[in-house]
Amino acid sequence: MNASPLPIHGTVYGVLLNSAAEWQATEPLMHEPPYKAPPQAPVLYIKTANTWSANDTAIALPRGVGEVEVGATLAAVMGTQGHVRGFVLLNDWSLPHSVDAQGFYRPPVKSKCIDGFLGVGANLWPAADLPEPNAHTLTVRINGALSQTVDLAQMRRPWPALLAAVSEFMTLQAGDVLMLGLDVLREGPRAGRRPLARAGDVVEVSCPGVPGLGVLRHTLVQEAA
Amino acid sequence: MKHARVLYRQQVFDATERDGQLQLANGERVGFDAVQWLPPLAPTPRPRTVLALGLNYADHAKELAFKPPSEPLAFIKGEASFIGHQQRTVRPHGVGFMHYECELAVVIGRPARRVRRDDAYDFVRGYCVANDYAIRDYLENWYRPNLRVKNRDTCTPIGPWLVDAADVHAQYGSPEALDLQTTVNGRVTQRGNTRDMIFDVPTLIEYFSSFMTLNPGDVILTGTPDGVVDCQPGDEVITTIEGIGELVNHIVAAAPSDDDTR
Repeated sequence: MNASPLPIHGTVYGVLLNSAAEWQATEPLMHEPPYKAPPQAPVLYIKTANTWSANDTAIALPRGVGEVEVGATLAAVMGTQGHVRGFVLLNDWSLPHSVDAQGFYRPPVKSKCIDGFLGVGANLWPAADLPEPNAHTLTVRINGALSQTVDLAQMRRPWPALLAAVSEFMTLQAGDVLMLGLDVLREGPRAGRRPLARAGDVVEVSCPGVPGLGVLRHTLVQEAA
Repeated sequence: MKHARVLYRQQVFDATERDGQLQLANGERVGFDAVQWLPPLAPTPRPRTVLALGLNYADHAKELAFKPPSEPLAFIKGEASFIGHQQRTVRPHGVGFMHYECELAVVIGRPARRVRRDDAYDFVRGYCVANDYAIRDYLENWYRPNLRVKNRDTCTPIGPWLVDAADVHAQYGSPEALDLQTTVNGRVTQRGNTRDMIFDVPTLIEYFSSFMTLNPGDVILTGTPDGVVDCQPGDEVITTIEGIGELVNHIVAAAPSDDDTR
Protein backbone atom coordinates (compact mmCIF):
# COMPACT_ATOMS: atom_id res chain seq x y z
CA MET A 1 0.00 0.00 0.00
CA ASN A 2 2.89 2.34 0.78
CA ALA A 3 6.09 2.62 -1.16
CA SER A 4 8.32 3.62 1.76
CA PRO A 5 10.17 0.77 3.40
CA LEU A 6 9.05 -0.23 6.87
CA PRO A 7 11.36 -1.34 9.68
CA ILE A 8 9.22 -4.41 10.38
CA HIS A 9 8.92 -7.68 8.47
CA GLY A 10 7.27 -10.30 10.64
CA THR A 11 3.97 -11.02 12.31
CA VAL A 12 2.80 -8.20 14.59
CA TYR A 13 1.31 -9.21 17.93
CA GLY A 14 -0.56 -6.87 20.26
CA VAL A 15 -1.58 -7.43 23.88
CA LEU A 16 -4.84 -6.37 25.49
CA LEU A 17 -5.17 -5.37 29.16
CA ASN A 18 -1.47 -5.01 29.85
CA SER A 19 -2.00 -1.48 31.12
CA ALA A 20 -2.77 -1.41 34.85
CA ALA A 21 -5.24 1.42 34.29
CA GLU A 22 -7.07 -0.54 31.61
CA TRP A 23 -7.11 -3.62 33.82
CA GLN A 24 -8.55 -1.55 36.66
CA ALA A 25 -11.25 -0.11 34.41
CA THR A 26 -12.13 -3.59 33.16
CA GLU A 27 -11.94 -5.46 36.44
CA PRO A 28 -15.55 -4.88 37.59
CA LEU A 29 -16.76 -6.85 34.57
CA MET A 30 -14.13 -9.57 34.56
CA HIS A 31 -16.25 -12.03 36.51
CA GLU A 32 -19.42 -11.27 34.55
CA PRO A 33 -20.59 -13.13 31.46
CA PRO A 34 -19.28 -13.67 28.89
CA TYR A 35 -15.83 -13.28 30.49
CA LYS A 36 -16.49 -15.07 33.80
CA ALA A 37 -12.90 -14.79 35.04
CA PRO A 38 -9.88 -12.49 34.66
CA PRO A 39 -7.44 -13.59 31.95
CA GLN A 40 -4.44 -15.61 33.11
CA ALA A 41 -2.21 -15.65 30.01
CA PRO A 42 -1.42 -12.53 27.95
CA VAL A 43 -4.42 -11.67 25.77
CA LEU A 44 -2.85 -11.42 22.33
CA TYR A 45 -4.06 -10.43 18.90
CA ILE A 46 -2.48 -10.06 15.48
CA LYS A 47 -2.28 -7.01 13.23
CA THR A 48 -2.22 -8.47 9.73
CA ALA A 49 0.09 -7.06 7.05
CA ASN A 50 -2.75 -5.32 5.21
CA THR A 51 -2.96 -2.95 8.18
CA TRP A 52 0.57 -1.59 7.94
CA SER A 53 0.78 2.14 7.20
CA ALA A 54 4.10 3.92 6.85
CA ASN A 55 4.80 7.15 8.70
CA ASP A 56 3.33 10.35 7.29
CA THR A 57 0.58 8.73 5.27
CA ALA A 58 -3.19 9.05 5.26
CA ILE A 59 -5.32 6.35 6.84
CA ALA A 60 -8.81 5.89 5.48
CA LEU A 61 -11.75 5.42 7.82
CA PRO A 62 -14.16 2.97 6.23
CA ARG A 63 -17.50 4.35 5.09
CA GLY A 64 -19.85 4.76 8.01
CA VAL A 65 -17.05 4.92 10.59
CA GLY A 66 -16.95 8.24 12.39
CA GLU A 67 -14.35 7.67 15.09
CA VAL A 68 -11.42 5.37 15.72
CA GLU A 69 -9.37 4.56 18.79
CA VAL A 70 -5.76 5.67 18.94
CA GLY A 71 -3.46 2.90 20.18
CA ALA A 72 -0.03 4.40 20.78
CA THR A 73 2.61 1.93 21.84
CA LEU A 74 6.21 0.93 21.66
CA ALA A 75 6.92 -2.49 20.19
CA ALA A 76 9.85 -4.86 20.26
CA VAL A 77 11.20 -6.21 16.98
CA MET A 78 12.69 -9.65 17.43
CA GLY A 79 16.05 -10.75 16.12
CA THR A 80 17.30 -14.29 15.98
CA GLN A 81 17.21 -16.78 18.85
CA GLY A 82 14.94 -14.80 21.12
CA HIS A 83 17.08 -11.67 21.08
CA VAL A 84 15.52 -8.29 20.52
CA ARG A 85 16.80 -6.19 17.65
CA GLY A 86 15.16 -2.98 18.62
CA PHE A 87 12.05 -0.99 19.28
CA VAL A 88 9.67 0.91 17.04
CA LEU A 89 6.70 3.21 17.60
CA LEU A 90 3.35 1.81 16.51
CA ASN A 91 -0.13 3.23 16.40
CA ASP A 92 -2.58 0.35 16.70
CA TRP A 93 -5.77 1.89 15.34
CA SER A 94 -9.00 0.18 16.13
CA LEU A 95 -12.71 0.60 15.71
CA PRO A 96 -14.03 1.39 19.18
CA HIS A 97 -14.81 -1.75 21.14
CA SER A 98 -15.23 -2.04 24.87
CA VAL A 99 -15.48 -4.56 27.64
CA ASP A 100 -19.02 -3.58 28.59
CA ALA A 101 -20.35 -4.10 25.06
CA GLN A 102 -18.70 -7.54 25.20
CA GLY A 103 -16.13 -6.30 22.70
CA PHE A 104 -13.27 -8.16 24.40
CA TYR A 105 -14.94 -11.56 24.12
CA ARG A 106 -14.22 -12.42 20.50
CA PRO A 107 -11.02 -11.75 18.52
CA PRO A 108 -10.96 -8.16 17.26
CA VAL A 109 -10.51 -9.02 13.58
CA LYS A 110 -13.18 -6.71 12.27
CA SER A 111 -12.12 -3.81 14.50
CA LYS A 112 -8.34 -4.11 14.18
CA CYS A 113 -7.50 -5.70 10.81
CA ILE A 114 -8.92 -3.00 8.55
CA ASP A 115 -6.62 -1.89 5.73
CA GLY A 116 -4.17 0.73 6.98
CA PHE A 117 -4.99 0.34 10.69
CA LEU A 118 -1.42 -0.04 11.99
CA GLY A 119 0.83 2.98 11.88
CA VAL A 120 4.47 1.90 11.80
CA GLY A 121 7.24 4.23 12.91
CA ALA A 122 10.05 4.92 10.48
CA ASN A 123 12.91 4.22 12.86
CA LEU A 124 14.03 1.03 14.52
CA TRP A 125 15.86 2.06 17.70
CA PRO A 126 18.54 -0.49 18.69
CA ALA A 127 17.71 -2.57 21.75
CA ALA A 128 21.19 -1.98 23.12
CA ASP A 129 20.36 1.72 23.35
CA LEU A 130 17.05 1.14 25.12
CA PRO A 131 17.75 -1.22 28.01
CA GLU A 132 14.60 -0.23 29.91
CA PRO A 133 11.84 0.38 27.38
CA ASN A 134 9.21 0.52 30.12
CA ALA A 135 10.95 3.46 31.75
CA HIS A 136 9.53 5.75 29.07
CA THR A 137 6.32 7.57 28.34
CA LEU A 138 4.73 8.22 24.95
CA THR A 139 2.72 11.24 24.02
CA VAL A 140 -0.25 11.34 21.68
CA ARG A 141 -1.08 14.65 20.05
CA ILE A 142 -4.22 15.22 18.03
CA ASN A 143 -4.03 18.30 15.82
CA GLY A 144 -1.14 19.48 17.94
CA ALA A 145 -2.91 19.26 21.31
CA LEU A 146 -1.74 16.74 23.90
CA SER A 147 -4.38 14.03 24.08
CA GLN A 148 -2.74 11.24 26.05
CA THR A 149 0.38 10.31 27.93
CA VAL A 150 1.08 6.60 27.76
CA ASP A 151 2.97 5.43 30.81
CA LEU A 152 4.87 2.30 29.88
CA ALA A 153 6.03 1.96 33.49
CA GLN A 154 2.57 0.83 34.59
CA MET A 155 2.34 -2.16 32.25
CA ARG A 156 1.41 -5.26 34.26
CA ARG A 157 3.92 -7.35 32.37
CA PRO A 158 6.83 -5.06 31.52
CA TRP A 159 9.52 -6.06 29.07
CA PRO A 160 10.98 -8.72 29.20
CA ALA A 161 8.41 -10.41 31.50
CA LEU A 162 5.87 -9.99 28.69
CA LEU A 163 8.15 -11.77 26.25
CA ALA A 164 8.67 -14.58 28.74
CA ALA A 165 4.92 -15.02 29.27
CA VAL A 166 4.28 -15.13 25.53
CA SER A 167 7.21 -17.47 24.90
CA GLU A 168 5.65 -20.00 27.27
CA PHE A 169 3.27 -20.98 24.49
CA MET A 170 4.64 -19.68 21.20
CA THR A 171 8.01 -18.81 19.73
CA LEU A 172 8.43 -15.37 18.25
CA GLN A 173 10.35 -15.62 14.98
CA ALA A 174 13.10 -13.30 13.81
CA GLY A 175 11.33 -10.20 12.54
CA ASP A 176 8.18 -10.72 14.59
CA VAL A 177 6.93 -7.74 16.54
CA LEU A 178 5.41 -7.65 20.03
CA MET A 179 3.71 -4.52 21.35
CA LEU A 180 4.45 -3.52 24.94
CA GLY A 181 0.79 -2.67 25.50
CA LEU A 182 -1.71 0.11 24.84
CA ASP A 183 -2.87 2.50 27.53
CA VAL A 184 -6.14 4.22 28.37
CA LEU A 185 -7.05 7.77 29.33
CA ARG A 186 -6.94 8.53 33.06
CA GLU A 187 -9.58 11.24 33.25
CA GLY A 188 -12.45 12.87 31.43
CA PRO A 189 -15.51 11.25 29.86
CA ARG A 190 -13.38 8.53 28.27
CA ALA A 191 -11.41 7.61 31.37
CA GLY A 192 -10.50 3.94 31.13
CA ARG A 193 -10.70 3.99 27.34
CA ARG A 194 -8.46 5.00 24.49
CA PRO A 195 -8.53 8.42 22.84
CA LEU A 196 -10.68 8.83 19.76
CA ALA A 197 -9.84 10.55 16.50
CA ARG A 198 -11.89 11.31 13.41
CA ALA A 199 -11.48 12.16 9.75
CA GLY A 200 -9.38 15.27 9.25
CA ASP A 201 -7.38 14.76 12.45
CA VAL A 202 -3.60 14.63 12.40
CA VAL A 203 -2.42 12.21 15.09
CA GLU A 204 1.18 12.13 16.28
CA VAL A 205 2.86 9.63 18.57
CA SER A 206 6.29 10.25 20.00
CA CYS A 207 8.56 9.17 22.82
CA PRO A 208 10.08 12.31 24.38
CA GLY A 209 12.81 10.29 26.11
CA VAL A 210 13.91 8.66 22.85
CA PRO A 211 13.73 11.28 20.10
CA GLY A 212 15.51 8.86 17.77
CA LEU A 213 12.31 6.87 17.46
CA GLY A 214 10.94 9.79 15.48
CA VAL A 215 7.42 11.15 15.40
CA LEU A 216 4.80 8.78 14.02
CA ARG A 217 2.26 10.90 12.20
CA HIS A 218 -0.91 10.04 10.32
CA THR A 219 -3.80 11.96 8.88
CA LEU A 220 -7.21 10.37 9.03
CA VAL A 221 -9.36 10.71 5.94
CA GLN A 222 -12.82 9.47 5.19
CA GLU A 223 -12.87 6.74 2.61
CA ALA A 224 -14.36 7.95 -0.65
CA ALA A 225 -17.92 6.82 -1.23
CA MET B 1 -1.96 -30.17 -10.36
CA LYS B 2 -0.86 -30.91 -6.80
CA HIS B 3 1.97 -28.74 -5.50
CA ALA B 4 4.25 -29.37 -2.54
CA ARG B 5 7.28 -27.79 -0.89
CA VAL B 6 9.84 -30.18 0.45
CA LEU B 7 13.23 -30.31 2.05
CA TYR B 8 15.47 -32.74 0.16
CA ARG B 9 19.20 -33.03 0.80
CA GLN B 10 19.14 -29.84 2.88
CA GLN B 11 17.53 -27.85 0.08
CA VAL B 12 14.02 -26.54 -0.25
CA PHE B 13 12.27 -27.48 -3.49
CA ASP B 14 8.95 -26.74 -5.07
CA ALA B 15 7.54 -30.03 -6.29
CA THR B 16 4.51 -31.48 -7.96
CA GLU B 17 2.88 -34.87 -7.71
CA ARG B 18 3.66 -37.14 -10.66
CA ASP B 19 2.66 -40.81 -10.83
CA GLY B 20 2.77 -41.27 -7.05
CA GLN B 21 6.14 -39.54 -6.75
CA LEU B 22 7.44 -36.03 -6.30
CA GLN B 23 8.76 -34.19 -9.32
CA LEU B 24 11.21 -31.64 -7.91
CA ALA B 25 11.73 -28.27 -9.58
CA ASN B 26 15.29 -29.34 -10.49
CA GLY B 27 13.97 -32.23 -12.55
CA GLU B 28 14.71 -35.01 -10.06
CA ARG B 29 11.95 -37.43 -9.19
CA VAL B 30 11.88 -38.78 -5.63
CA GLY B 31 9.61 -40.87 -3.44
CA PHE B 32 7.28 -39.37 -0.86
CA ASP B 33 9.38 -40.88 1.93
CA ALA B 34 12.63 -39.34 0.69
CA VAL B 35 11.74 -35.81 1.72
CA GLN B 36 10.71 -33.72 4.67
CA TRP B 37 7.37 -32.11 3.83
CA LEU B 38 6.98 -28.38 4.41
CA PRO B 39 3.75 -26.38 4.32
CA PRO B 40 2.86 -26.24 0.58
CA LEU B 41 2.87 -22.44 0.56
CA ALA B 42 5.34 -20.23 -1.27
CA PRO B 43 6.94 -17.52 0.90
CA THR B 44 5.20 -14.15 0.84
CA PRO B 45 6.89 -10.72 0.88
CA ARG B 46 4.99 -9.73 4.02
CA PRO B 47 3.75 -12.04 6.75
CA ARG B 48 0.93 -14.19 5.50
CA THR B 49 -2.51 -13.49 6.89
CA VAL B 50 -3.99 -16.69 8.26
CA LEU B 51 -7.68 -16.32 9.00
CA ALA B 52 -9.45 -19.12 10.78
CA LEU B 53 -13.08 -19.81 11.50
CA GLY B 54 -14.64 -21.02 14.70
CA LEU B 55 -18.01 -22.75 14.84
CA ASN B 56 -18.44 -22.80 11.05
CA TYR B 57 -20.22 -26.15 10.93
CA ALA B 58 -23.63 -26.28 12.55
CA ASP B 59 -23.02 -29.71 14.08
CA HIS B 60 -19.70 -28.69 15.66
CA ALA B 61 -21.26 -25.52 17.07
CA LYS B 62 -23.91 -27.71 18.66
CA GLU B 63 -21.25 -30.13 19.90
CA LEU B 64 -19.59 -27.25 21.73
CA ALA B 65 -22.95 -25.99 22.99
CA PHE B 66 -22.98 -22.81 20.98
CA LYS B 67 -25.75 -21.55 18.82
CA PRO B 68 -24.54 -21.02 15.25
CA PRO B 69 -23.06 -17.54 14.78
CA SER B 70 -24.91 -14.97 12.69
CA GLU B 71 -21.61 -13.55 11.44
CA PRO B 72 -18.37 -15.49 10.84
CA LEU B 73 -16.44 -16.04 14.08
CA ALA B 74 -12.94 -15.31 12.84
CA PHE B 75 -9.58 -15.38 14.51
CA ILE B 76 -6.06 -14.90 13.22
CA LYS B 77 -3.02 -17.12 13.48
CA GLY B 78 0.63 -16.46 12.87
CA GLU B 79 2.09 -18.48 10.01
CA ALA B 80 4.82 -19.74 12.35
CA SER B 81 2.35 -22.24 13.78
CA PHE B 82 2.29 -24.10 10.42
CA ILE B 83 4.15 -27.36 9.95
CA GLY B 84 4.13 -29.80 7.04
CA HIS B 85 2.77 -33.26 6.35
CA GLN B 86 4.25 -36.13 8.38
CA GLN B 87 5.62 -33.79 11.07
CA ARG B 88 5.22 -33.82 14.84
CA THR B 89 2.83 -31.78 16.95
CA VAL B 90 3.60 -31.23 20.61
CA ARG B 91 1.08 -31.99 23.33
CA PRO B 92 1.94 -29.97 26.48
CA HIS B 93 2.22 -31.77 29.79
CA GLY B 94 -0.73 -31.87 32.10
CA VAL B 95 -3.48 -30.89 29.67
CA GLY B 96 -6.77 -32.76 29.50
CA PHE B 97 -8.21 -32.01 26.09
CA MET B 98 -6.18 -31.46 22.94
CA HIS B 99 -8.09 -32.08 19.73
CA TYR B 100 -7.49 -31.95 15.99
CA GLU B 101 -9.69 -29.99 13.62
CA CYS B 102 -9.82 -31.17 10.01
CA GLU B 103 -10.32 -28.07 7.87
CA LEU B 104 -10.41 -27.06 4.23
CA ALA B 105 -7.73 -24.38 3.73
CA VAL B 106 -8.34 -21.82 1.00
CA VAL B 107 -5.23 -20.14 -0.45
CA ILE B 108 -5.74 -16.74 -2.05
CA GLY B 109 -4.29 -16.23 -5.53
CA ARG B 110 -4.61 -12.50 -6.21
CA PRO B 111 -5.35 -9.37 -4.22
CA ALA B 112 -8.95 -9.44 -3.07
CA ARG B 113 -10.65 -6.25 -1.96
CA ARG B 114 -14.43 -5.95 -1.80
CA VAL B 115 -14.97 -9.07 -3.80
CA ARG B 116 -18.53 -10.09 -4.51
CA ARG B 117 -19.60 -13.58 -3.59
CA ASP B 118 -20.26 -14.48 -7.22
CA ASP B 119 -16.69 -13.60 -8.22
CA ALA B 120 -14.97 -15.06 -5.19
CA TYR B 121 -13.62 -18.25 -6.76
CA ASP B 122 -11.62 -16.13 -9.24
CA PHE B 123 -9.44 -15.10 -6.30
CA VAL B 124 -8.62 -18.60 -5.07
CA ARG B 125 -5.24 -20.12 -5.90
CA GLY B 126 -5.98 -23.53 -4.48
CA TYR B 127 -6.90 -25.70 -1.54
CA CYS B 128 -5.08 -27.66 1.15
CA VAL B 129 -5.97 -29.84 4.09
CA ALA B 130 -5.19 -28.24 7.44
CA ASN B 131 -5.39 -29.54 10.97
CA ASP B 132 -6.01 -26.65 13.33
CA TYR B 133 -5.27 -28.22 16.72
CA ALA B 134 -6.78 -26.68 19.85
CA ILE B 135 -5.90 -27.20 23.48
CA ARG B 136 -9.11 -26.51 25.27
CA ASP B 137 -7.56 -26.37 28.75
CA TYR B 138 -6.14 -22.97 27.83
CA LEU B 139 -9.40 -21.39 26.65
CA GLU B 140 -10.12 -18.04 28.24
CA ASN B 141 -13.01 -15.74 27.42
CA TRP B 142 -10.85 -12.86 26.24
CA TYR B 143 -10.49 -12.56 22.46
CA ARG B 144 -11.59 -16.20 22.45
CA PRO B 145 -10.29 -18.45 21.00
CA ASN B 146 -7.11 -17.00 22.45
CA LEU B 147 -3.67 -17.49 20.97
CA ARG B 148 -2.49 -19.82 23.72
CA VAL B 149 -5.14 -22.25 22.47
CA LYS B 150 -4.76 -21.63 18.75
CA ASN B 151 -1.35 -20.24 17.89
CA ARG B 152 1.05 -22.72 19.38
CA ASP B 153 4.25 -23.88 17.71
CA THR B 154 3.70 -27.09 15.66
CA CYS B 155 -0.07 -27.01 16.16
CA THR B 156 -1.20 -26.27 12.60
CA PRO B 157 -0.18 -29.02 10.18
CA ILE B 158 -1.05 -28.13 6.57
CA GLY B 159 -0.56 -30.08 3.35
CA PRO B 160 0.67 -32.30 1.88
CA TRP B 161 -0.58 -30.54 -1.25
CA LEU B 162 -1.76 -27.26 -2.54
CA VAL B 163 -4.25 -28.41 -5.16
CA ASP B 164 -4.98 -26.00 -7.99
CA ALA B 165 -8.42 -24.45 -7.60
CA ALA B 166 -9.10 -25.06 -11.29
CA ASP B 167 -8.65 -28.80 -10.80
CA VAL B 168 -11.00 -28.93 -7.82
CA HIS B 169 -13.59 -26.82 -9.59
CA ALA B 170 -13.30 -28.92 -12.77
CA GLN B 171 -13.69 -32.19 -10.93
CA TYR B 172 -16.18 -31.28 -8.20
CA GLY B 173 -17.83 -28.09 -9.49
CA SER B 174 -16.75 -26.27 -6.31
CA PRO B 175 -15.18 -27.14 -2.96
CA GLU B 176 -18.64 -27.10 -1.43
CA ALA B 177 -19.44 -30.81 -1.33
CA LEU B 178 -16.24 -32.54 -0.26
CA ASP B 179 -16.13 -35.26 2.36
CA LEU B 180 -13.88 -34.64 5.36
CA GLN B 181 -12.62 -37.33 7.66
CA THR B 182 -10.22 -37.70 10.55
CA THR B 183 -8.76 -40.93 11.85
CA VAL B 184 -6.81 -41.44 15.06
CA ASN B 185 -4.63 -44.54 14.89
CA GLY B 186 -6.78 -45.80 12.03
CA ARG B 187 -10.12 -45.34 13.76
CA VAL B 188 -12.53 -42.85 12.16
CA THR B 189 -13.40 -40.20 14.74
CA GLN B 190 -14.64 -37.30 12.62
CA ARG B 191 -16.75 -37.21 9.48
CA GLY B 192 -18.33 -34.30 7.70
CA ASN B 193 -18.89 -32.60 4.41
CA THR B 194 -17.98 -29.09 3.35
CA ARG B 195 -21.60 -28.58 2.25
CA ASP B 196 -22.45 -28.17 5.94
CA MET B 197 -20.39 -25.02 6.39
CA ILE B 198 -22.48 -22.21 7.82
CA PHE B 199 -20.49 -19.66 5.80
CA ASP B 200 -19.20 -21.16 2.56
CA VAL B 201 -15.97 -20.21 0.79
CA PRO B 202 -17.41 -17.43 -1.44
CA THR B 203 -19.26 -15.93 1.52
CA LEU B 204 -16.09 -15.90 3.61
CA ILE B 205 -14.07 -14.22 0.85
CA GLU B 206 -16.78 -11.61 0.41
CA TYR B 207 -16.96 -11.05 4.18
CA PHE B 208 -13.24 -10.69 4.86
CA SER B 209 -12.49 -8.69 1.73
CA SER B 210 -15.22 -6.21 2.69
CA PHE B 211 -12.88 -4.74 5.32
CA MET B 212 -9.42 -6.15 4.68
CA THR B 213 -7.43 -6.82 1.54
CA LEU B 214 -6.54 -10.46 1.12
CA ASN B 215 -3.21 -10.94 -0.61
CA PRO B 216 -1.74 -13.80 -2.64
CA GLY B 217 -0.70 -16.58 -0.30
CA ASP B 218 -3.11 -15.59 2.47
CA VAL B 219 -4.99 -18.53 3.92
CA ILE B 220 -8.51 -19.04 5.21
CA LEU B 221 -9.05 -22.07 7.44
CA THR B 222 -12.75 -22.71 7.07
CA GLY B 223 -13.63 -24.49 10.31
CA THR B 224 -14.28 -28.06 11.34
CA PRO B 225 -17.32 -30.35 11.66
CA ASP B 226 -18.52 -32.45 14.58
CA GLY B 227 -16.35 -35.19 16.06
CA VAL B 228 -13.32 -33.89 17.90
CA VAL B 229 -11.63 -36.18 20.41
CA ASP B 230 -8.63 -35.92 22.71
CA CYS B 231 -5.26 -36.96 21.24
CA GLN B 232 -2.34 -38.38 23.15
CA PRO B 233 1.40 -38.61 22.50
CA GLY B 234 2.02 -41.48 20.11
CA ASP B 235 -1.23 -40.97 18.22
CA GLU B 236 -1.19 -40.80 14.46
CA VAL B 237 -3.82 -38.33 13.28
CA ILE B 238 -4.81 -38.32 9.61
CA THR B 239 -7.05 -35.55 8.34
CA THR B 240 -8.42 -36.16 4.85
CA ILE B 241 -10.47 -34.10 2.44
CA GLU B 242 -11.84 -35.63 -0.74
CA GLY B 243 -9.83 -34.51 -3.76
CA ILE B 244 -7.45 -32.38 -1.67
CA GLY B 245 -5.27 -34.83 0.24
CA GLU B 246 -4.46 -36.85 3.27
CA LEU B 247 -2.49 -35.01 5.93
CA VAL B 248 -0.62 -37.21 8.40
CA ASN B 249 0.49 -35.89 11.78
CA HIS B 250 2.09 -37.44 14.85
CA ILE B 251 1.47 -36.27 18.41
CA VAL B 252 4.48 -36.18 20.72
CA ALA B 253 4.90 -35.23 24.36
CA ALA B 254 6.52 -31.90 25.21
CA ALA B 255 10.10 -32.03 26.38
CA PRO B 256 10.28 -31.23 30.10
CA SER B 257 11.82 -27.85 29.27
CA ASP B 258 8.77 -27.00 27.13
CA ASP B 259 6.44 -27.31 30.08
CA ASP B 260 3.48 -24.97 29.75
CA THR B 261 1.24 -25.70 32.66
CA ARG B 262 1.78 -22.78 34.94
